[in-house]
Amino acid sequence: MSAVTDPRAETHGAIDAVWRIESPRVIAGLARMVNDVGLAEELAQDALVAALEQWPESGVPRNPGAWLMAIAKRRAIDHIRRQQRLERKIEEIGHGLETEDPGSEFDAVIEDQIEDDLLRLVFTACHPVLTTQARVAMTLRLLGGLTTDEIARAFLSTEPTIAQRIVRAKKSLTEAGVPFEVPQGEERTARLASVLEVIYLVFNEGYSATAGEDWLRPALCDDALRLGRILTGLMPKEAEVHGLVALMEIQASRSPARTGPDGEPVLLLDQDRSRWDQLLIRRGLDALAVAEELDETKGPYVLQAAIAACHARAVTADETDWARIADLYADLTRATASPVVELNRAVALAMAYGPETGLELVDELRDDTFCPASAATCWPSWAGPPRPARSSSGPPS
Amino acid sequence: MRFLLFHRLDERVPDAFTPSEDLVQSVGRFVDEMVRAGVLLCAEGLRPSAQGARVSVRDGRRTVVDGPFDADDTVLAGFALVQVKSKDEAIEWASRFADVIGDVEMEVREITG
Repeated sequence: MSAVTDPRAETHGAIDAVWRIESPRVIAGLARMVNDVGLAEELAQDALVAALEQWPESGVPRNPGAWLMAIAKRRAIDHIRRQQRLERKIEEIGHGLETEDPGSEFDAVIEDQIEDDLLRLVFTACHPVLTTQARVAMTLRLLGGLTTDEIARAFLSTEPTIAQRIVRAKKSLTEAGVPFEVPQGEERTARLASVLEVIYLVFNEGYSATAGEDWLRPALCDDALRLGRILTGLMPKEAEVHGLVALMEIQASRSPARTGPDGEPVLLLDQDRSRWDQLLIRRGLDALAVAEELDETKGPYVLQAAIAACHARAVTADETDWARIADLYADLTRATASPVVELNRAVALAMAYGPETGLELVDELRDDTFCPASAATCWPSWAGPPRPARSSSGPPS
Repeated sequence: MRFLLFHRLDERVPDAFTPSEDLVQSVGRFVDEMVRAGVLLCAEGLRPSAQGARVSVRDGRRTVVDGPFDADDTVLAGFALVQVKSKDEAIEWASRFADVIGDVEMEVREITG
């Protein structure tokens, strides 16, 4: 039935879909050829324009990804020829192109390398020469397949602002001569942290969206989850990647229960747990198990996922294993040295052993110049009454 | 957005539920592709209806009928639950899945909520 009733409209929808699925791979493959992410994206966009021109007439080809790649590759070769350099490379690429159809064989040749190229693209989009905002925009644009307009709407910004941010980011990468590669050794650890930070930032932006906002905002959670799941395929040995995915899956599992009938927020311990998404919880627990198997020394994401898992495993709020959560927060404090984490640990201690135990830690935090009185003012009502001298409690955020 | 992609097979066709090793591998590769694309939440294949049953409740009365089901119709054979950006994307994945299985109709249904 497809492509019969209204071929033009249907094809445009289909092209959008193909683009979302294939564009990261096309851009990644091209970026390796031309060693320039910005140029690679332009060439891929040219291929998209060609598809928009041709597919409504010809129908969507059987292997649309290979078709896009073949067109883009031709444009890349034209570009390289115009630049009158890299002659050896033309020979290499041109040979493969002229003798083969964009069929399955061609696809197989690319397939071998495309996963590596995707990983290079991930690390390049999140490169430290870029600001965090630019990394986010580049990641969603190049790897998430979002348009600049979609990114703008999701981040409550304007299309020109995001477009300009992306143009600047591409320029920064070119000017800094950032090579299209996966960092190795110690650099890799730091750079991976940056990649994970960008994805979790996207997730949290979506998670903080409130009712009535543009649907693209909460959809950022799905975008982040998708990116995270792709990363686990590209870096199956990295515990923290699985840890981040586990954390996001479990947090996303609570989405249906996080707001009441009038859109008001419902705190974790008050949530109707029957509304938690059991499929996502299962996926989260599985990802956590993989992470823990890979590395015994747990990183910050694995630890946060383990804490989220304690909540997910408790059928009722009363059954929460607070002692374990307090232990995990202690580990997380060592990993992050964050006063907010310490405050959370105080809450867990209070829940596990009574308010006094938790408040001892809060007192220490209050004395710490790093974290002034905020600890006591955040003391949650459900953790039991604070001592008389304390100011009244507010809800945990 | 989540969609259930599922297909039905005709049990009157010999070996409809005993796919060739080639097909099993192609489907496996495709499932892996969906996992790597970050869209697949879960996927399963089903055993023939002879090993299943139909349960119905009418006017408060429960009837259980063991398989095989009436042979004049196709029966559910497998499903994939995907999380995608649009219905068009779900259709694209369903088309690719149908290409892999061959000679099959794939139904695309959005999950509520």
